[in-house]
Amino acid sequence: MINDSYSDPNKVQLTEDGRLKHFLTTEGLSRELLTEILDTADSFISTQERAVKTVPLLRGKTVVNLFFENSTRTRSTFELAAKRLSADILNLDIARSATSKGETLMDTLWNLEAMYSDMFVVRHADSGAAHFIAEHVTPNVAIINAGDGRHAHPTQAMLDMLTIRRHKDGIEGKIVAIVGDILHSRVARSQIHALRTLGAAEVRVIGPGTLLPRDIEALGAVPFYDMKKGLADCDVVIMLRLQKERMQNALLPSEGEFFKLYGLTEEKLAYAKPDAIVMHPGPINRGVEIESAVADGSHSVILNQVSYGIAVRMAVMAMAMSGQQTPIITEENA
Amino acid sequence: MRYLHIANARVIDPASEMDSVTDVYIANGKIKAIGHRPDAGEIEETINADGQWLIPGLIDLGGHLPEPGYSQKGSIDSETLAAARGGFTHICSLPDTKPVADTSAVIKLILEKAARAGHTRVLPLGAMTQGLEGEQLASMYTLAEAGAVAMSNARQPIRDSYVLRRLMEYAATYDIPLFLCANDLSLSDGGCMHEGTVATRMGLAGIPETAETIALAQLLLLIEQTGVRAHISQISTRRAISMLRQAREGGLRVTADTPLANLIYTDASVTGYNSLYNVQPPLRSERDREALVAAVAAGELAISSNHRPHEIAAKKAPFSDAESGMSQYDFFLPHAMALVNRGELTENQLIRALTLIPAKVLDLNQGITEGNDFNAVLYQPAQEETVAANLLASRGHNHPLIGKTVIGKVNAVFIEGVQVC
Amino acid sequence: MNLPDIEQTCQELAQRLDDLIRTEQIDNPILVGIRTGGVWVAERLNEEINCSEEVGTLDISFYRDDFTRHGLHPKVQGSELPESIEDRHIILVDDVIMSGRTIRAAMNELFDYGRPASIRLVCLLDIGRRELPVQPDLCGATLALNDGQLVKLTGPKPLELTLA
Repeated sequence: MINDSYSDPNKVQLTEDGRLKHFLTTEGLSRELLTEILDTADSFISTQERAVKTVPLLRGKTVVNLFFENSTRTRSTFELAAKRLSADILNLDIARSATSKGETLMDTLWNLEAMYSDMFVVRHADSGAAHFIAEHVTPNVAIINAGDGRHAHPTQAMLDMLTIRRHKDGIEGKIVAIVGDILHSRVARSQIHALRTLGAAEVRVIGPGTLLPRDIEALGAVPFYDMKKGLADCDVVIMLRLQKERMQNALLPSEGEFFKLYGLTEEKLAYAKPDAIVMHPGPINRGVEIESAVADGSHSVILNQVSYGIAVRMAVMAMAMSGQQTPIITEENA
Repeated sequence: MRYLHIANARVIDPASEMDSVTDVYIANGKIKAIGHRPDAGEIEETINADGQWLIPGLIDLGGHLPEPGYSQKGSIDSETLAAARGGFTHICSLPDTKPVADTSAVIKLILEKAARAGHTRVLPLGAMTQGLEGEQLASMYTLAEAGAVAMSNARQPIRDSYVLRRLMEYAATYDIPLFLCANDLSLSDGGCMHEGTVATRMGLAGIPETAETIALAQLLLLIEQTGVRAHISQISTRRAISMLRQAREGGLRVTADTPLANLIYTDASVTGYNSLYNVQPPLRSERDREALVAAVAAGELAISSNHRPHEIAAKKAPFSDAESGMSQYDFFLPHAMALVNRGELTENQLIRALTLIPAKVLDLNQGITEGNDFNAVLYQPAQEETVAANLLASRGHNHPLIGKTVIGKVNAVFIEGVQVC
Repeated sequence: MNLPDIEQTCQELAQRLDDLIRTEQIDNPILVGIRTGGVWVAERLNEEINCSEEVGTLDISFYRDDFTRHGLHPKVQGSELPESIEDRHIILVDDVIMSGRTIRAAMNELFDYGRPASIRLVCLLDIGRRELPVQPDLCGATLALNDGQLVKLTGPKPLELTLA
């Protein structure tokens, strides 16, 4: 069989010596590299706690937020992360401008090249879009994937990993359950790859048959249809947001039935370990995937996730920019 | 009588089950003698075909010509030249042009342009429904009269079983063959690749195999009920093969073809989001591919090109945004020969799937036999060549072989005794 | 090339620092070491004279001026300083001073934490080759290296100097 691979997405995002030069997906990255991202993010957390939250690391660099899909939250955390690295940031809401007039993605990219930016943070509705941009953009521009279709949302996954590492003292050996619409979730896919690489004992996905992809085991996750069985002995419960459209496309009958079966209540949370933590990438739908008592309760680390988000994004932006500047690191003297 | 003499070619002709090195003599566009010099007449020209094969001209049961309507993608001239160089003497053109081939005017335009270009012969397929919209019957009799050899739905949906039944009954009345694509749009809509592990990992919407098999079940039952002459175009799944086998065992007369790409590539090729491998029908799993190859080996399946040229912009986009289709005509025969070189098919099995079986579907007499028109290909099996974009005759550079090396070269193609390339 | 005895140098430096603190009446100073060598030296000094409740650590990776040339240092560990350095007297400690750029970065970083009352610089070794107008207040030993030579401090116990 002729297996004709165009290019390994992981080769695209790494320099010759294995450092990040784009951040497109958590898939295929080594444990060492993922750990380095977390360690770097940790040191940015401490800078966020000081009076002056900025570091001069990316001073003079230009970061462009290229959002083809609307998202105020993610976009503003990237904006804040760039500013705290002292970079200049430009927000382009392409969703409402050129491409709605029919301009192709390639033409949009060519027009942007004239702006001499150093980094694009990209969110796009097509899986593989960030990869496409990384392959076709001028060299020396770093691409950070802020979410492409159903494929990947690597910065979200990494901030989730940081949360687990900080609140559960490491990811190794933990049992993690991801609950909800896995089928359409780029966050879930990125989380599964990262959890497996970082040594989670078991990654479970819980939801109705319509929302779990048939081949999810091939990615290394164990499917469950029942919350009681799925949450048994879990250290971490990650709830995914349920979008209203799922009811329209014959995937679910109603929010009520979903909440009855899969909504995280205190009763269901009791199936997990007593010190389990509850996470959610946000924004949360109270009463649909999670009840307020749990979202605001002692197990929830949802608000912490948000603050770690800035540190993780600062880390990947610094690392990717570094990889673009210096394709190979040679011996350096202090 | 003045003869063209082809000397010492290995003549491989599945129709007469011939495979031997011999001489062939051609005059007035027809094969006059094989293996012995004809008594009267003189030799006008001798081609020394030492080390080469002489095989019947390839027949394509389905390729997309971008004329009329898509001039940025190519023309009848460019694409028929590419087809000729690929080894085809005859190609069936699918009706999804612009305007759709649902009027005799479009059929005649295609035939005229092809004749003027003078490369591969084009056998136009007419549209089954008006505008290929799946609702109203097209004027099939008139289209056939104008030169359409069969009617096709070109992967466009038919509104429902009722319309499909009436289509078939009407075509059956006038013994018009139908080339039907099995595609249930409600299951395939929104999908851009085979639904499976690769699609899940890449987050791409998948087209399940049931999109083909459910539609095929509907087609087979209605073919049985109406008795229409039917050919199933472009199948891609293992399950479809067994359904066809079962139908034939039950006495149903039905033929089928699969695109070459589906015999060579699988969904694994999509890794990396290369839009080159965005094709319809989608490239499926290795299991499906193996079943398709086995069916070709068993003589149950023809091989078609599913050639679809595109301009660069159409393919330079994220995977699901790119237009589907691969340019296939250029280097077609050496490309197909990879299956033989890898030991998956014998020469005979491959050539049969590209010549004898399609000829039977179209009621053509294609073979290296005394008395037949000389439609043939001289092929050098050992020559290596690296495919570069500037070597393509097709204007569609969305060709998987660019930058790759192929083994084998089409040296000459003859149609009715005339060398067209 | 005679390398100085690090143990002895540290002890002497610690004594001189102690003298300095008393002479200039530096009230409640904080020792802050620059990663990684500077931290070892700072802790070693603190062992001798116990002048600081805790030793702060400063990672200057985010303040270096060579990001464009060398990228981000792979082993970023972060800085740890006491809650506030506002109005505090800082004794900044590094193992080797050469161009002066590390100290410049360290001072910029300190000022992003707050406004210290004063900063004094203590270096174990001065190997010259300044590129910026930065000088240590106290220095353990000077060393003149040949072209292309470098020194490396290993530690934390024992602290050892090698030529590279």
